[in-house]
Amino acid sequence: MVSVVYEAPETVQDAVTLLVNADLKATVMAGGTDLIIQMRDLVTESRLVVDLKKIPGMMQATITEKGLQLGPSMCCAEITSRDDIKALYPGLVESAYLIGSTQIQGRASVGGNLCNSSPAADTIPALFVTGAQCLIIGPDGERTVAVEDFVTGVGQNCLGKGELLRLITIAKPAANTSDAYLRFIPRTEMDIAVAGAGVSVTLDDEGVCTAARVAIGAVAPTALLVPEAAEALIGTKLDESALQAAGQASSAASSPITDRRGTVEYRRHVVGVLTKRAAAIAAQRVRGDKA
Amino acid sequence: MSEAREFKYIGQRTIRPDGYDKVTGRANYGADLSLPGMIWGKILRSPYAHARILNIDTSKAEAHPDVMAVATYQDFPHVSSETFQGGEAPTDLLDLAKNILADDKVLYHGHAIAAIAARTESAAEAALSLIKIDYEVLPPVMDVADAMKPESPVLHDDMFTQGLEETPDTPSNIASRMELKKGDIEAGFAQAEVVVERDYYTPTVHQGYIEPHATTVSIDEDGQAMVWCSTQGHFDVRASTAKLLNMELGKIKVVAAEIGGGFGGKTTVYLEPVALILSKKSGRPVKMIMTRDEVFRASGPGSATRSRVKIGAKKDGTITAMQAKLCFEAGGFKGSPMGPGCMTVFTPYDVENMYIEGYDVVVNKPKVAAYRAPGAPQAEFAAEMALNELADKLGIDPIEFRLKNAARKGTQTVYGPKLKAVGLVECLEAAKNSPHYKAALGENQGRGLAAGFWFNIGGQSSVIINMNPDGTGTIIEGSPDIGGSRASMQLMAAETLGIPASNLRPVVADTEHLAYNQTTGGSRTTFATGMAVIEAAQDVVNQLKERAAAVWNVTSEQVEWVDGVAINTAGEEKLTAAEICKGAERTGGQISGTANINARGAGPSFAVHICDVEVDKETGKVDVVRYTAIQDAGKAIHPSYVEGQYQGGASQGIGWALNEEYIYNEDGIMENAGFLDYRIPLASDLPMIDTVIVEVPNPFHPFGVRGVGETGIVPPLAAVATAVSNAIGVRMTDLPCSPPRVLKAIQDAG
Amino acid sequence: MTKTHVTTSINGEPVEFLCEPGDTLLNVLRNELQMTGTKEGCGSGDCGACSVTVDGRLVCSCLVLGVEAQGAEIGTVEGIESKDKLHTIQQKFLEHAALQCGICTPGLIVSTKALLEENPNPTEEEARYYLAGNLCRCTGYDKIIRAVMDSAEVMRGEA
Repeated sequence: MVSVVYEAPETVQDAVTLLVNADLKATVMAGGTDLIIQMRDLVTESRLVVDLKKIPGMMQATITEKGLQLGPSMCCAEITSRDDIKALYPGLVESAYLIGSTQIQGRASVGGNLCNSSPAADTIPALFVTGAQCLIIGPDGERTVAVEDFVTGVGQNCLGKGELLRLITIAKPAANTSDAYLRFIPRTEMDIAVAGAGVSVTLDDEGVCTAARVAIGAVAPTALLVPEAAEALIGTKLDESALQAAGQASSAASSPITDRRGTVEYRRHVVGVLTKRAAAIAAQRVRGDKA
Repeated sequence: MSEAREFKYIGQRTIRPDGYDKVTGRANYGADLSLPGMIWGKILRSPYAHARILNIDTSKAEAHPDVMAVATYQDFPHVSSETFQGGEAPTDLLDLAKNILADDKVLYHGHAIAAIAARTESAAEAALSLIKIDYEVLPPVMDVADAMKPESPVLHDDMFTQGLEETPDTPSNIASRMELKKGDIEAGFAQAEVVVERDYYTPTVHQGYIEPHATTVSIDEDGQAMVWCSTQGHFDVRASTAKLLNMELGKIKVVAAEIGGGFGGKTTVYLEPVALILSKKSGRPVKMIMTRDEVFRASGPGSATRSRVKIGAKKDGTITAMQAKLCFEAGGFKGSPMGPGCMTVFTPYDVENMYIEGYDVVVNKPKVAAYRAPGAPQAEFAAEMALNELADKLGIDPIEFRLKNAARKGTQTVYGPKLKAVGLVECLEAAKNSPHYKAALGENQGRGLAAGFWFNIGGQSSVIINMNPDGTGTIIEGSPDIGGSRASMQLMAAETLGIPASNLRPVVADTEHLAYNQTTGGSRTTFATGMAVIEAAQDVVNQLKERAAAVWNVTSEQVEWVDGVAINTAGEEKLTAAEICKGAERTGGQISGTANINARGAGPSFAVHICDVEVDKETGKVDVVRYTAIQDAGKAIHPSYVEGQYQGGASQGIGWALNEEYIYNEDGIMENAGFLDYRIPLASDLPMIDTVIVEVPNPFHPFGVRGVGETGIVPPLAAVATAVSNAIGVRMTDLPCSPPRVLKAIQDAG
Repeated sequence: MTKTHVTTSINGEPVEFLCEPGDTLLNVLRNELQMTGTKEGCGSGDCGACSVTVDGRLVCSCLVLGVEAQGAEIGTVEGIESKDKLHTIQQKFLEHAALQCGICTPGLIVSTKALLEENPNPTEEEARYYLAGNLCRCTGYDKIIRAVMDSAEVMRGEA
């Protein structure tokens, strides 16, 4: 018979101790929107659930001069209601807003989305382009990992036994920088991304792109940074041919599969379209601020 | 018989009497009943799409302390192949039994094989793995085209195609063939100056009711059973269960819970007989609920189809010939709605020469069940698409083209009867004059129009109306209320009795309180049960008049009944219904009206839908930007619920056209058995759905009612697909028009 | 297995129950507490029939553990009306015939109340997107959205 043991520690240290000492399969829990479904499906495996939501800082977000410190368990609904976060990282906020329904938003978290490490996770490409850093705490102490190194495979990440994601920090963007995230789904809401693209651009006073980051999702085992797509934008005014080139670079960098949500050809094509559009929106956001 | 008549109650948008329970959460649905001592049942399902069962060993399960009962096919008493009325269509008893618990073969992934009852849901679930089954795995057959090939693996060794000139002596997957014809099809095509011939495909789809199948049952020491379940037809649940378990009808009481959607999918049984077996064996009440996964894999979806349609017309738009070959997937057992598909495919058109061929074919998918106008959406999709293509070729407006060939009163249908008064022309005219049809289209937008037909049925309904001493009354009827029909029963009784609707309480009673009532399906409820309500109310009126006559010492012919009041035409006196009821004890006892009818004269309902879509040509994504559903209701008893049927049918049809399909892997296992990846329309996917209620009264109903529940799902498939085709300039033939398919069509056209 | 004892508040009233740590809040509401107003349509957060609020936040109760209710304020459909008077939203759903089979209705009413508390003046599009997680198969959403917009208007007038 399956048994579940539930603990809700109030400090990071207690959480780490529980994870290290667990003899059952141990999983951390934030919003539970992926975990509870997985628990239903695994009828034969007993487990320890370590709920992180009571630990101070896990559910909070602060903006300082340096940037954003995001509690990994903070629910998406709360993130998307924060105008200060939206002003600095609109792409990240829109990726959080796209996860599931309003009800899912009331529980799902960016940290959970990252740690679940699905190839189609919406916030991961958006985190890539903001250059987020992940603070990990475990039995051997603290370490910081760039978000693009966090996810290592389908449903896999760099967390070792007893380690948990403590904080996501994002440096304050340079002036005249903005980002955007788009995903493609067959309906208007609810669906898992068929393809996703996040773009961050920095423009100079003439509107020329001086820096860019492009990341794509749902088209490879993990989200991918696409330096070639970024290069296609840098030095341009994001005119049609630059956008086209960026899109093509994204398509070329993708290695999608065919499954119930899309075919290889379809995903490869659409991720290019999304890259173009996300880049245009990010640029418009920069220009819009100046106008 | 109704002329254009002023109604006092009918046509009012009253609050439905069951509404208060529904908006507060008090209403009790299939999974909401718990009984003392209740235990839980769970089903073990086939991991293979096609396999022989070599051995079932339940001994470990039986021996386990948590397990209180185990059931397999062997627990059915001897079941023979017999056809009976188990729901909307005739049912083969042997097939039904084998579908509920597999015998020697599993015919689809998820096919039920055994069941366990235990004290908790999780204990029952865990114990399933104690049942050991040996299989001989066979190759799955997953498409009707493959299934019809002579070299295909055969699902049933005893299936020899019926309906051919000579019954073959080798088995195949073709259960039956049907042919309908009128006129001379070859002569018809010889006269044609323009011909369209095309193949069409529609996928396996699910009715998508939000409430999974659920039941709670108990059985006592005397073999008296109680079944509480979510069903469209509790009397047919009783009939099926009685046959399967060899019980007398009087030994089974079935209570229809409030039902959370059915659309035809709950007109058969899955869990109830199994729960009763477990209950009898364990001596405890048993509850069984399907998970959403089980609903998709193992209830009764709608048939996938492959069709070829050929239509010929003269240059002036007169259609001279209509031909169709319709191949329907029945799932693991015979019985697709191929028949109704053949009967409805061309019925909106008055054309002399028709030839229709239909095939009912088994495949390794769940046994199909009815889905809202079963067979018609698939068949008429093909016909309407071909007609729209033909209209384009002829350069004639699609409405004008249909008006020129429209079925009307007196049109000879291909399946036998001549149509009585019908409203297709009126619907087409309403479409022509609608603001929608006149509106301009924007960039990347396209418009599509299609017609639809469904016959509707009458059938048996039993109603009792009991009057209370204060002049209020109870309407006891037996049609599970899926969409608000109790409100309409209230209005029809009120109109007949001449007393306020709020004085009459409609109740859906269980099988012990009424004679047999046919399933809520076939769009029969407002028509047939309504007719019975009217007849029972008229019976009450007659008795009220008799009592008044007795009080006044006149004959009842001398009493008139006007607006709920008896008037003595031979004098001056009046008596209200309340006054007569108050004195009922003294005038002979309480007053009840009854009606047990087999309603005839169901009027078909025609519809015409208009759809505008906008297509993102870079991704193939389709947005429905405007939608109008026009349909003939005969007489709308409660307009809000008639509109609701139009909008609901449109919404299901839009989903069918755009995103819904069963996706299978190469092992015949469904990959999208949940609401995440089986994509029904969301609130954000749809615009407001404008409705137009056309009323061409049905002469056979006292108020002119036609059933409206089903026709509304027929036009949207072609209306949407035509709109998409027009938006992208490429003709779509396969559903769904999901983004990858639309994009591919755009790209292939270059 | 030892069950966990949970103390919580449901619709403003103190409630205690026992549950397995792995039980969902939906399961607890329906089976432990006999509060069957909250419905199960899918058990995986895709249909919204099980919508409740936890500390004022709209969630799917099938994706909340029963033990998480400890110390929280839960809002279910049973708590929408006050005494025997329907909430405006419930009244409008009835007037607009915004339900046919009614199985999605409890979830929709809880969600609508959460919507209008967050945004008392939603546009039609905002309402549709907020409610996208509440599936309805019967109505095509038209009358539901009309009921929501009408409720919003009335509630703004009363405020």
